[in-house]
Formats: sequence, C-alpha cells, structure tokens
Amino acid sequence: MRKLFALILALAMVFALAACGQTGAAPAGDKAADSGLIKVGIINLDPSESGYREANVKNLTDTFTKENGYDATFVTAPTADKQLEAAKGFITAQVKYILVSAAETTGWDEVLADAKEAGIKVFLFDRMIDCDPSLYTAAVVSDMRQEGETAVAWLESLGLDEYKILHIQGQLGSAAQIGRSDPLTEKCAADDKWTIVREGTGGDSWDANEARKIAEAAINAGEQFNIVYAENDGMAGGVVEALDAAGITHGVNGDVIVMGFDCNKWALRELLAGNWNYDGQCSPFQAAVIDKMIKTLEAGGSIEGLNALNQIISEEKGFDAREITQADIDTYGLGE
Amino acid sequence: MKTNKRSFSGLGQLLIPLVALAILIVFNIFRDISFFSIDLRFNNSGNMVLTGNLVSIIDSASELAIIAMGMTLVTAACGGQDISVGAVGAISGAVFVKVLQGMGAITIGTMLIAFALCCLATIVFKLFNGMLVAVFRIQPMIATLILYSCARSIAYWINGDATPQLRNEIISAIGKTIPGIPVPTPIFAVILVGLLLFLIFKFTSLRLYIQSVGINEGAARLNGINPTRIKLISFILLGVCVSVAGLIGVCRLGQLNHKTLLVDIEMDAILAVAIGGNSLGGGRFRLSGSILGAYIIQMLTTTLYAMNVAPVNVKAYKAIVIIIIVVAGSPVVKNKLTALWNRLRSGPARESARKEGVS
Repeated sequence: MRKLFALILALAMVFALAACGQTGAAPAGDKAADSGLIKVGIINLDPSESGYREANVKNLTDTFTKENGYDATFVTAPTADKQLEAAKGFITAQVKYILVSAAETTGWDEVLADAKEAGIKVFLFDRMIDCDPSLYTAAVVSDMRQEGETAVAWLESLGLDEYKILHIQGQLGSAAQIGRSDPLTEKCAADDKWTIVREGTGGDSWDANEARKIAEAAINAGEQFNIVYAENDGMAGGVVEALDAAGITHGVNGDVIVMGFDCNKWALRELLAGNWNYDGQCSPFQAAVIDKMIKTLEAGGSIEGLNALNQIISEEKGFDAREITQADIDTYGLGE
Repeated sequence: MKTNKRSFSGLGQLLIPLVALAILIVFNIFRDISFFSIDLRFNNSGNMVLTGNLVSIIDSASELAIIAMGMTLVTAACGGQDISVGAVGAISGAVFVKVLQGMGAITIGTMLIAFALCCLATIVFKLFNGMLVAVFRIQPMIATLILYSCARSIAYWINGDATPQLRNEIISAIGKTIPGIPVPTPIFAVILVGLLLFLIFKFTSLRLYIQSVGINEGAARLNGINPTRIKLISFILLGVCVSVAGLIGVCRLGQLNHKTLLVDIEMDAILAVAIGGNSLGGGRFRLSGSILGAYIIQMLTTTLYAMNVAPVNVKAYKAIVIIIIVVAGSPVVKNKLTALWNRLRSGPARESARKEGVS
C-alpha cells in the first residue's frame, strides 16, 4: 500500500515537471516564424508590487498583442535570478526582441552579451541596467534620479527650520530606489539642518505593511520626525496608517509632511484632500514608444533621438497638494 | 499532594507566561517609564484616539491573538498545528475584497455579506485541512503544508488585481477607530471572538470533547465521542478566527496585498500557544494562556522597537528571548521548578517523608 502510494506520488511529480517544462519560455516558438508575427520576450516585475507595476504590466500586455503583430511571451518575476533565467530562456527560444525591466541594476552583462551574439535586440524599459550602452538598443526609462531631485528641491522650497526625515526606501538596489534615495542622502550629508531620523526598506515588494512597521517602530521609540519620504505611494500609505493610529496629524495643515511617488489615483486623491503633501510622477507607459521603435527597425529604419546612454527619457513632474486639481488626477493618475 | 498538583496545572499553566510578562514590564519600568504613558490625541480625520505603546501593543497583537485562539483548539484536538493560517488568511482577504468590489458600494450591508462569504470560503479551506488531518490521518504539519505553500497563489487568482485599494470610512472604522470611540476597533474584535468561544464552551461540552480527543482518541471514541467530527469542528472554529484576522488585516491598511497579508503569523501563533503553556501535543488547553502569549510576543516586539532595533532585525532578538521562555516552560524545567517549590513550601522534612511514601 505504502509502495503504491509512493509510486503514485513519484508519477505525479514527473507529470508536474513535464507540465512545467511546457509552460516555460519555449512555447509557441515554431508557430511564430510561420505566422509572420514578431517574437518578443518581455521580462517584468511582479504586478502585485505596486499600482505603478500593475499599470506598467497592463500597458505592455495591451500593446504587444497578436492583433498588433506580436507573438509576445510575458514573464513577471520579482527577483534578479528568476529574471536572468527568463532571459536565458528567451535566448534559447530565439526571440527577436527582449524587453527588460530589471529587478537589480547589476549582473546583466553576460546575458545581454549572449543576446547580442545571438542577434537579439534588447530594449530596457522603466529601469536602467548598469552596463555598457552598446549591449542594448535603447532604454525607455524614467530618470529616477531626476524624480528624486525634483522631490528634494520641492522639499527644500518649503524653507523649514529643520528637516527630520523618516526615509522609507524601496527594493534596495533597484534603479528606482537608488535614484530616489541618492539626492536625499546627499542633501542630508551636505546640510546640517537635514537629518534622516530613521531609514528602513519596504523590501522586495515595496510593502506597505513593512513601511507601517518601520513608522510604528520609530513612533514607539519616541523619535521625532516632521517629514515622511516614502519611495512609493503604497509605503507612504502604510506610514500614514501608523501616524493615524498614533494620533499624529499629517498633510497640508498637519505636523508631518507626507511624500510619495508613482501618482496612483488614490494617492493623488489623498493629496487633493490635503492628507498628503507631495507625489512624484513616474510614467509607466513605455510600451507605445518601444512598439514604434520595433516597427521602425522591422521596416529597415533606424532609431533616432537617443542620448549618449541610448536612453529616451519620459517626462515627469511632481504634484503639490496645495496646487493639485481633479483634472490632474484624471490625466496623470494610475489605476482607479 | 493531590491538591498541590491540581493547583499547579490550574494557575501553574499560566505561571510561565505571567512571569515572562512581569519581567517584560519590570524591564521596561527600569529602561524607560514613559514606555507606559497613554495619551488621548486627535488624528487627521478628527477622531479621538488613544495612543501610546501599551495601546499599540494590544492593538497590533489583535490578529495574532485571534488566530492563536483558533490555533489552540486545533492543537488541542489534533495534537498538531495548522501552518497555513497566514496563507489562508490571504485567501479570506482576497474573497472579502473581491465580493466587496463585485457589489460596488461599500456599506455596512455589503460589508456583512462580503464578510459572511469570506468566512464561508475560509471555512471550506480549513475543512480541507481538517479532512486531511481527521479523515486521512495525515500529520497536521504536512497536511497544512499544502495550503501553506499554495494559498497565496490561490488568493492571487481570486483577486488578480495587484494591490486593490479600499479607502472608505467603514473600512477604516474596522481597521482603525470608530469615530467617537478612542479605542482601536481590532481590540473589540479580540474580545468578541474570545466571548464567542467562551459562550460556546459554557453552553456546550465542546471543551471537554476537544480535550478528551486530544488526550486519548481511542478512549474518547469508546465514550461515544466522534473524534473526526470534533477535529473538524476545531478547524471550522479556526476558520472563523482566520477570517476575522484577515478582515482586520485588510481594513488596517485599506488595501490587500496577497503576498504580505498576515505573513509569518502562523509561527507566532504556534509560539503564542506554546508560551501560553499549552501542550503542542494536544489535550488540555487554556485559551487565556494563548491570548497572553500573543500579547507577550507583541510586547517583546514593541519593546525592541522602542530600543531602536530595526524591524528587520527584530526577529533575531525575539528568538533569543523566546528560547528562554520556551525552555523555562518545558516539562523538564517545569518539573524541576515544581519539585523545588514543593520542597520550599513543605520544608525538607515533609519532602523526605514524601519520598519515602513514594518508594
């Protein structure tokens, strides 16, 4: 009886493995060549990460469709190793283009060189990779550092007597985190009036609950801060929950200034209501630009308008709670 | 002699957790007395809220305390633990959000319907665990490992939406405070669940049945108790606890993240049961012990926060303290302590007399 059970289990495992193999990066490979569709492999991060990512994934899946002439395979993975694995899979499956939004900025050189050798063109979207610009065709990205600088400049324009900051970082090592953190930490190092009271990370999933815990810990420890600099909306929301629970006022007429990034609709509404003070935009809509570039390449043309790093930078702004309007929310807000 | 022993297993079970709690309190008094200060403030929405570390402890431990109660029942009846509580909690959160979104408006009525359905769904998943444990007699930890590893994916299927936002007054009334009442609402949820279980035990013989099944299944069966049914009932009650905890978790943040809702709570819940002096091998149990255990765990966390330990490092420090508590509550140390206590109380003469009597 026990042997029979073991045998069934073993068989089940083998079938499960076989099923996994089929759903990997290899499918639809041969069909595409016949149908005249352009084969692309798209590597993104997990949509559950944030409203930004959700909008980004949706933007790509809506653009790279069969109707639009693509045979696209999507992989969403939250970590660098899984993303690299997916990229290798795409190279083996001989796709024509690979699109990447990298979880981490480093570690891609080898895979990108392999792709280049195989004649695959690589586009980076949303996040930069730390490598030689010749390894990718173009990068359609947000200038995360610019986002950070805009936010810090806004904060400075308030002319406060002292800046005691609770700094909630995103996924450590990601371009978004580095770009948004650096201008702030540099400013704090340069100016005595600026201090980071507490620093913590929401982890790989930019988690609101982690952010809430960091804020709660700072409050429990009796730390005084007058600014919350959270590197995305969800985490800013988490901190606000902790502030509310501790009876600390925040927003336009409150004791604590709340700053977020991404411009989700719900976050912009908090701005409009005066509960938050600032939200930095980060455009998730890169698909149309990449689509256009691929079509140009397919037609034998060449891509123009790239800078020295082969980048096309999305234009982005920051919103102030004192000036935001409903029209801004409708135009720039993500999600619902 | 006999009376001695009985009094030990009565209050004695709570001895270790009470001592642990006392040590934590004394430690904080000497560290910084302001740790205990409680304040009444107005938050952004103009609501009065009680604030301070003590309130924060009792509030933050709510989900843990509720799940620990359910975990105690399953532990007592099955002699094993359900490690899928956090992951299934994500499912109940997902069902709750899905139903709410499906109905459009968020009113008290739709909330009740959504909660009823999420309760139902959670109970179904818990009954799946219960069936594996009670009918197929699979080791509880292995049986519940299945949902532990896949329930968050199921939650994602149910609610494909990435991190749905629920920003609404009723939601924040449940997750934070009801306007006009400065005490955080989750605290009332703990009281409510505790009261529900208390009433069930008061008016039925369930407590006795669970204990007898846990102590000796065969004997219980011979006495006309159906062990399978009792075990399934314990899983149903756990299901109710998990859905209440999931509801609080979702309402607290006003959003659902299927990856992080109630994450890692299963281990803390098992710990709470153990710290509360309940045997993890089943049998006799005390809900008050587990609830106390939950508050001790949270007080430890908050104390560490107050000592400027970062949330990511808290687990390591917590482990050290918990090792001490668990070892102190272990049967070996407990027996040694009992012997010591008896010797001190009855004096060396009676102690030696007792020894003679035994041999």
